[in-house]
Amino acid sequence: MKSRDATRRSFLGTGALAGAAWTACSSPEAEAPAEPDQPSSLGTPVRRYGQRSPYEKAARGVRESQTPEAASSRTPLDQTYGIITPSALHFERHHAGVPEIDPATHKLLVHGLVDRPMAFSVDDIKRLPSVSRVHFVECSGNSGGEWSPAGAPTVALSHGLASCSEWTGVPLRILLEEAGIQPEARWVLAEGADACLMQRSATLEKALEEGIVAYGQNGEAIRPEQGYPLRLILPGWEGNTNVKWLRRIKLTAGPQYVKDETSKYTELMEDGTAWIFTFEMDAKSVITAPSGGHGVDGPGFLEISGLAWSGRGKITQAEVSTDAGQTWAEAELQTPVYSKAFTRFRLPWEWDGSETVLLSRCRDETGYLQPGRAELIEQRGRKSAYHCNRIKGWRIAADGSVTSAEV
Amino acid sequence: MQKSSLLSIATIVACAAPTLLAQTYGVGRPASADEVAAWDVTIGPEGRELPTGSGTAKDGAQVYEVRCKECHGDQGVGGDHAALVGNPEQLKQTPPLKTVGSYWPYATTLFDYTRRAMPFEEPGTLSADQVYAVTAYILHLNGLVSEDDVLDRESLPRVVMPNREGFVRDPR
Repeated sequence: MKSRDATRRSFLGTGALAGAAWTACSSPEAEAPAEPDQPSSLGTPVRRYGQRSPYEKAARGVRESQTPEAASSRTPLDQTYGIITPSALHFERHHAGVPEIDPATHKLLVHGLVDRPMAFSVDDIKRLPSVSRVHFVECSGNSGGEWSPAGAPTVALSHGLASCSEWTGVPLRILLEEAGIQPEARWVLAEGADACLMQRSATLEKALEEGIVAYGQNGEAIRPEQGYPLRLILPGWEGNTNVKWLRRIKLTAGPQYVKDETSKYTELMEDGTAWIFTFEMDAKSVITAPSGGHGVDGPGFLEISGLAWSGRGKITQAEVSTDAGQTWAEAELQTPVYSKAFTRFRLPWEWDGSETVLLSRCRDETGYLQPGRAELIEQRGRKSAYHCNRIKGWRIAADGSVTSAEV
Repeated sequence: MQKSSLLSIATIVACAAPTLLAQTYGVGRPASADEVAAWDVTIGPEGRELPTGSGTAKDGAQVYEVRCKECHGDQGVGGDHAALVGNPEQLKQTPPLKTVGSYWPYATTLFDYTRRAMPFEEPGTLSADQVYAVTAYILHLNGLVSEDDVLDRESLPRVVMPNREGFVRDPR
């Protein structure tokens, strides 16, 4: 590509005389038409639904699975910009495939410890006062490979089970109050309309404070893979509590201990006990550029950029080390910083061409500082499969290749 | 003076109270009892919502053979998908083995999940009797009920799982 551009530039630079020579000469190599300074034909007409450039190939990472309906796909975080994940690249984790739901017949049932069991159509929900909030959703199994010293080789594999969207919908509080919350109610059970009727219990307190029944994602209807037509959003809580294809909310006195909050999504400790209802996703950050699998094309200026997020509030600080953790520099946070949302951080850098390791760490508004691997294992042991938020490193070799740095 | 301002504060609070209560919009419609009953498949740990029906491990072995074995293996182990048989000691090994017998705190959860989500490719197709039976079979493989024990809405919640006390609330 480079040599072709160089040829074209020199051709154009020599002007009309060279042009005449080219025409006269007509050697096979020179027959390829030069790219004109201005397009000589019209482009494509307007269209009803836009498509990205055919040159753009960013795609979710999908691994072969015997059961692709109960599998996950990963966001290519190295190929997204800013803080919003394009809806088509939002990670997926399904337990029984993506149902096709007609919004005209879908309903949300609210019952249990309520004064009046209620049914809401999607149109009903859209009549009610709405909010739009930017929040990440992260599978609690995200970064599971980072429990190992080696870590995953690319940022999609290491952190791609997290994505961030602007969600629009009705505060769950409004729907619960339409039904009348009884005083004994302390928990809610949320159920999806997928084939396995995916369920999770959540506290009523969280539901009332921050729960959203969302129908919008990034300015349009939620994608089917993300829960069309309705999805529960519990900001900052483990991904699977954000129940997709939401069809039922039951108010209860206690949690239901469903399969996915007992056999799965619990944290086993070294002594054999397990933490249950580990809802909040702790603060985490990762450098997305440069990151594993992308070479750095020689020494010189290079912006280091990454994402930080916390399920406990706003990110207040992101730091980057360009010397394997000996020194740390404060990265600039993209503003506004939203609570429980991706926060983009950036740091200008001059790479001198010698081998080094880049690290990032972040702090949230509770004062919590993202831990290193040893510190995390000291707190949790090695039997916990979920909630790995340790510091991630990328090694840049002298030849510019980038790989996961062993810690 | 002081008394009267206290009184007026009380009046203000009393007047303000209705607006502090939930505002409703009159949107949505009441759900009928039948409509709720048709969808309310939730089964809590006390098992109060369990349906009528019953089954034994002996019955369940036949259901398991046809509907479960392909994925979960002969007698609940060795399949390509989740192992169903184990004991809490296996939680201490590396890597830990999380199974119905080693990890699940409530037998009711096994009934609930099997009824609504299994078999994987045909969820919701087992009858209540079949679910009780295959639940009994899996619990029997874990040594928790005998082959002829009848599981139903009364007896299933009384099965105490070995890891019942193994869970603690998130201390973070």
